[in-house]
Amino acid sequence: MTIMEPRKHGDASDGTVGGRQTRFEGNLKVTGGATYALEYPVEGLAYAILVQSTIPAGRVVRVDTEKALAAPGVLMVLTPDDDLGLLVASDWGGNRPDNQPYYPLPRQVQYNGQSIAAVVAESREQAVEAANLICITYEKAPHVATFNDAAAGEGKVMDNLTSGWGDAEAALAAAPVQIEGEYSTPREYHVAMEPHGLTVKWDGDRITVWEPSQWSHGMARSYSEWFGIPYENVHLVSPFIGGGFGSKGAALAHGAVAAFAARKLGRPVKLALTRPQNFTNYGGRAATRQTIKIGATEDGILQAIVHRGASETSTYADWPEQTGSATPILYRIENFSSQHRVVPVNTVTPGALRGPGKNPSAFGIESAMEELAYKLGMDPLELRLKNYADHDYQSGKPWSTRRLREALTEGAEAFGWSKRSHEPRSMRDGKTLIGWGIGCGTFPVIQAPSEAMIRILGNGRVEVVSGAIDMGQGTYTILAQTAAEVFGIPVDQVEVHLGDSRLPGSAIAGGSMLAGSILGAVHKAATAARDELIGLALNDEKSPLRDTGANTLTFSGGRIAAPRDQGPSLTLSELMAALGRDEIEVLRNTLPDGATAQEQHQAWTSMAKVQGPTMGEYSMHSWCAHFAEVRVDEDFGTVRVSRIVSAFDCGRLYNPRLVESQWRGGIIMGIGQALLEEGLVDQRNGRTVNNNMGDYLVPTNADVPHIEVISVGIPDYGASALGGKGVGEVGIVGVAPAIANAVFHATGKRVRDLPITLEKLI
Amino acid sequence: MRDFSYLRASSADEARQASLQAGSVLLAGGTTLLDLAKCGVMEPETVIDITHLSGLGEITVDAGGARIGALAKMGQVADHAGIRAAFPAISESLSLAASAQIRNMATIGGNLLQRTRCSYFREPDVFPACHKRNPGAGCSAIGGVTRNHAVLGTSDTCIASYPGDLAVALVAFDAVVELGGRTVSVEDFFLLPGNTPERETTLQRGEMITAITVPASAAPKNSTYLKVRDRQSYEFAAASAAVGLEFETDGRTVRDIRVALGGVATKPWRARNVERALVGKILSLETVEAASRLAMEGAVSHGANYYKIELAPRVVARAILKVGGLA
Repeated sequence: MTIMEPRKHGDASDGTVGGRQTRFEGNLKVTGGATYALEYPVEGLAYAILVQSTIPAGRVVRVDTEKALAAPGVLMVLTPDDDLGLLVASDWGGNRPDNQPYYPLPRQVQYNGQSIAAVVAESREQAVEAANLICITYEKAPHVATFNDAAAGEGKVMDNLTSGWGDAEAALAAAPVQIEGEYSTPREYHVAMEPHGLTVKWDGDRITVWEPSQWSHGMARSYSEWFGIPYENVHLVSPFIGGGFGSKGAALAHGAVAAFAARKLGRPVKLALTRPQNFTNYGGRAATRQTIKIGATEDGILQAIVHRGASETSTYADWPEQTGSATPILYRIENFSSQHRVVPVNTVTPGALRGPGKNPSAFGIESAMEELAYKLGMDPLELRLKNYADHDYQSGKPWSTRRLREALTEGAEAFGWSKRSHEPRSMRDGKTLIGWGIGCGTFPVIQAPSEAMIRILGNGRVEVVSGAIDMGQGTYTILAQTAAEVFGIPVDQVEVHLGDSRLPGSAIAGGSMLAGSILGAVHKAATAARDELIGLALNDEKSPLRDTGANTLTFSGGRIAAPRDQGPSLTLSELMAALGRDEIEVLRNTLPDGATAQEQHQAWTSMAKVQGPTMGEYSMHSWCAHFAEVRVDEDFGTVRVSRIVSAFDCGRLYNPRLVESQWRGGIIMGIGQALLEEGLVDQRNGRTVNNNMGDYLVPTNADVPHIEVISVGIPDYGASALGGKGVGEVGIVGVAPAIANAVFHATGKRVRDLPITLEKLI
Repeated sequence: MRDFSYLRASSADEARQASLQAGSVLLAGGTTLLDLAKCGVMEPETVIDITHLSGLGEITVDAGGARIGALAKMGQVADHAGIRAAFPAISESLSLAASAQIRNMATIGGNLLQRTRCSYFREPDVFPACHKRNPGAGCSAIGGVTRNHAVLGTSDTCIASYPGDLAVALVAFDAVVELGGRTVSVEDFFLLPGNTPERETTLQRGEMITAITVPASAAPKNSTYLKVRDRQSYEFAAASAAVGLEFETDGRTVRDIRVALGGVATKPWRARNVERALVGKILSLETVEAASRLAMEGAVSHGANYYKIELAPRVVARAILKVGGLA
């Protein structure tokens, strides 16, 4: 067991993969030196603002723009009457309909807060004021505000999410012990500190887009397809992002509007969404509900799980928030049945938010397991260990690695679980009820091909070049560590260039897949560059290392030498100078050899080549077990999380410091999800009324307790080239049920609908 | 945002004079004005800057009480040693309000005048019906999402709750607002919505809050402000209570008690019925709980805010027990 305690700089291992190097770009960020998309100093900017629908469903009959056009500084007003001449771009899979027009400002209104017009003016203030002067006449249509409306119906079954084996219904009916619960989660939002928006500039038929992006190449493709220009003509720049959490992986309608306006006006345009617009212009996590029935023997052996889930989607696209995705793989289960529906309502299409699917799924199954434990009178830890899955019962495949048992036992030990008293309401401190709970989490290991370039420069510096994104998770740092290790140089001798669609292609910074994907490419390119340098050093007649008789060279402590110190040792710059080289540049990717240029393009700009967790011979996942302690005021119902211990199996950690930070961040988001976050929808018009950071609450520092994180993982070379598994999303998965279970233990009240606000406990 | 003209007042008199003009508004800390201008709720034509005026930011505390200049910052008052000693509830109400950044900007005068957090008040383009913004237009909140709306002092035209904390403590301790030429008790300064929810205070055009005075006595010296909310920090109260208590010499019979509530009413709410029920009584768990329930006399829920009717008396009771040494 490794308990991750903060350590100081300067550890000997900092500069290599697995070291605790601090954020490579941290200094830039805290000193304001990192430039974000909306801060680029572009000359001659015009400012665009979106006008959004105030009704949930219907048609725009007329947009009166006369007053707005006459307002000071106004340059342009766009409405559904304007044909922007755009074409629909490819979907995530890289599929694209032929010549289908794209209307980022559609006439059909499908949700409250849909963009239907835009104003461009000399200043943002003028644009905002003119936007207020636009008068929209609607033809209203009936709407469905949420999936709890009677008119919403049952929705439609997603066949690809229907899963089962054995005979779950029969085994459930025969089981001596049964529980059933319905669990629900509300609409949740990303609320990244940096809002969505962009600065965009045309130069002939070439476009530069400064826009926060989790996927520079994928988003560049959308711009090229919307505007019918070659992919190479799009330059999307996103070196720094102020938080994405899944919301910044795709180009969105506001980008098309701003880019169109910039082209039409012949001047650069900046468009920033207002904070309320960040609640409607793209989707957060869908509201979900699920029913779980578990059958077990008297001694707690699971016999059957029957799961039926549903999530909200929009009226124009299906986005399933997969409530049954963690359910089949957490425990040994011989009889299983799961079905998920989507229910169309008048909302923006929901999207990916940290731990999509797994997150609400874990809330269901991990709450249900504790309900079963109490029904059995069994320690919830014992119940989980008793039903430990020795392989993946869904795919039938062995785990690549699965250290969930260690996570449970070592987490329990660090938490002091053995001192727990079983009965609810049995631990208190005056008016404060104390409770402990467990929640397990998982997230699949997925990967996509990636490409990276390594340049060894004449001055001895090494550059890592990739279009990959760092949204705060540590890409800059771990890529620098990887190159530093390969070349045996300090990290500060490495430069990393990221976040640019003109740089080599990369997996999306999403799905917890980037580190595993891009590290493989960088390691491959760096090793190839080193091999090329070794070849030159051993063979070039100008090389001082040529006559050492060695057939390879060592790179260590900033010096290059023969393995047994035969002959001289040189620094990189000395060797490059001796060789008379200014630069050695090597580009490598992790596609199969011989991939065509078109296949490469497809790999960097779509999800077509993504490898799922069970596509190989193993079933590959990250795992975790959270132990939460809550303190509940018995009069007021207020819940405070006082302590969390979480143990993780994420394989090898490329940088424990940054991994711990990611885990903690996920856990903190989980606290928000458990206790605070909820999009409140007005049934009358489908509006999310708490669409600002004063009313949509996320945890403050005061809400964050001491969080101890433990790594129990071992290198998993089945899961990735360097042995790591995903770390970004698993941290949030299982936190909400751990807290809900602790609240039950404290109060005796089982809250099955998040968030656990005080009125549910008084 | 609409263009406005900016006037830097050179004196309080000039500011008052300028503010006689319709469409003008005073700028102090700006934390409410800027917020509501961004929402499109406030669209001033003239902003009169008083931030630099001298003599309006002083805090003095003596045996008679405290005088707090209108331009004193929330943070300064919260941390003032004299205020903390003589009026702990006032200090606590401020340090539990807003965030450190806002407390360092926002002034006491502006704090009293903060507007409701009613979602329907704050989104004029989506919810045009709001009597408070637009008298006669209707109320969008009634029948809407009402978790944070008031249960006390509501009317058919408005159920928006007063969001502040400081004013709750001030109302409990008979504080007075100085308005240049006249004074008015903080309790009377705030108006119930009735049929004119657009009128929130008795402040007249051309008037300006210059200071707040609070008389000293034993009850405010032994006082507390208890604020209950889901988030530990930086959230408006689900329910709050300012309570001060003075015992008779026996140490158990109530001589003087002050109780006011926040987060549950359309204005800072003095609960005199609770006070009357306890004066002369021996303080006990039972007497306190029974008396605290009186605080909800006349309370009406509007859907999701039902819980406040159950919660608020518990908050009052806990606060009384705390200052009474029983919790």
